[in-house]
Amino acid sequence: MYSEKVMDHFSNPRNVGEIEDADGVGQVGNPVCGDVMKLTIKVEKDQILEAKFKTFGCGAAVATSSIITEIVKGKSIDEALEISNAAIAEALDGLPPQKMHCSNLAADALHLAVDDYLVKNGMEPRANKPSHEEEDHEEEQID
Amino acid sequence: MKNKIYFDHSATTPVLPEVAEEMNRYYIDEWGNPSSLYQTGQSVKIKVDEARAKVADAIGADPKEIVFSGSGTEADNYAIKGAYRAKLKKGNHIICFGLEHPAVIEPCKYLEKKEGAEVTYVYPDKTGVLDSDAIEEAITDKTILITVMMANNVIGTIQPIKEISKIARDHKITFHTDAVQAVGNIKVDVDELGIDLLSMSAHKFHGPKGVGALYVRKGMSLNTLIHGGSQERGRRSGTENVAGIIGLSRALEIANKEIDFKKEHLSRLRDRVVKGVLDNIPDVSYIGDTKKRLPGNACFSFKYIEGESLVLHLDMAGIATSSGSACSSKSLEPSHVLLGIGMSAVEAHGSLRVTLGRSSTEEEVDEFLEVLPGVVDRLRQMSPFNAEKEEEYLDETEDHNIAHEHPDQHFSAES
Repeated sequence: MYSEKVMDHFSNPRNVGEIEDADGVGQVGNPVCGDVMKLTIKVEKDQILEAKFKTFGCGAAVATSSIITEIVKGKSIDEALEISNAAIAEALDGLPPQKMHCSNLAADALHLAVDDYLVKNGMEPRANKPSHEEEDHEEEQID
Repeated sequence: MKNKIYFDHSATTPVLPEVAEEMNRYYIDEWGNPSSLYQTGQSVKIKVDEARAKVADAIGADPKEIVFSGSGTEADNYAIKGAYRAKLKKGNHIICFGLEHPAVIEPCKYLEKKEGAEVTYVYPDKTGVLDSDAIEEAITDKTILITVMMANNVIGTIQPIKEISKIARDHKITFHTDAVQAVGNIKVDVDELGIDLLSMSAHKFHGPKGVGALYVRKGMSLNTLIHGGSQERGRRSGTENVAGIIGLSRALEIANKEIDFKKEHLSRLRDRVVKGVLDNIPDVSYIGDTKKRLPGNACFSFKYIEGESLVLHLDMAGIATSSGSACSSKSLEPSHVLLGIGMSAVEAHGSLRVTLGRSSTEEEVDEFLEVLPGVVDRLRQMSPFNAEKEEEYLDETEDHNIAHEHPDQHFSAES
């Protein structure tokens, strides 16, 4: 079901944990839906030095959380805001279709963490809207 | 690639070698069509009749009351749609147990949507055992069919079939039971239990996939689903799946001989699993009834972690299990069975089902018990929730995230 990359990040997740004196914190999801991600970032001069995650969720949720902590390292705030959920899925060689909706939230968590950092430092939030949007769920009509 | 330890016998079971061997004969040597008049066909017809007699014997029925089908799902569809359509003049009301397999629930929903049926779904208490009074209360003068599964596929709960069938009989209502998880695992006698229609599936008792059977009590009229060359006395057309039918009957014969052994062996191993899990892992609950339960079934809910991750980690350790979490289902909804016994969505997300089989061993159980605490601990370390954040974890009212909404996706089983 999952790509090798997903399974790699799932079985050896990178950067698990919480940065204690984090400059930005972003949490998305709802335990009722089955996926919650908490991302903490360390920022210096508008550059993300480090990111750590804690995730409650399925294989895809863990893998997307893990890979984003790698991808975002060294990126500027501007670059971080450009990262989309779709790009994260792509970096993992794709996710099963049913996982694209619920479990692909890592970029949303990152954007919230960046906004948290911006607000804490007296700036306007910029992520405004998470890139993860519900598409119309087209269901096949079966009679 | 196969898992070293297979603990998912409610999903499917391996075909016994002696069953496969016997089936093979009907692919290679005895390949005739049972409907043909000449010897090549007629000799096979005799074997199909013998198989039918064996299946009938296994559940205390008459051979004429057995209809072979392409699956347990087909048997359920035939029973529900067939009974509904045949009895529509008397009424349009069906009573369906809320924890049924989709093979029963979906045909009921279909009849509701397309053919004017009214369906009442009745729910049990938190152990999963249905109170037969709930059935009695749901009956109206339009009720024509009651369907209650014999044993549940997720939590293994065994229902009071005899009590429920008596109520059905007193009101002259047809009674169907999906016995897919029960047949071959516990003793089933259609007369003693007062059953009118009973579905079974071969691959749940070490027979082949792609073959099932429906018991239809003599005198019971059902509208046919599949029309054609009038095989199965016109009740299910299509050239007989001879090897499958032979396989089903042989596997059932063996399974029934092993029922006492399995009850003892599987209950003992299951109790070892339950004790091992509850003694060694904190924040876990055992789901379902402790006594009225299939011998090989254990089902748990682990706090603060999600079931699909649990299943994947166990898989990496070579152990096959399953979960009722939303993420592990195609529908992205937590198991309707777990929600149906009053569990919250978060509890259902953390569920793990272990189902043992005839070849399961104590060594396998011990290996599972050795691996599991580490896996649970690892996932809990990764989880943003813990006992200190209990409130946030259990909060079902507030959506913590604007981007993550799933309207109408949850609790649909209860609506």
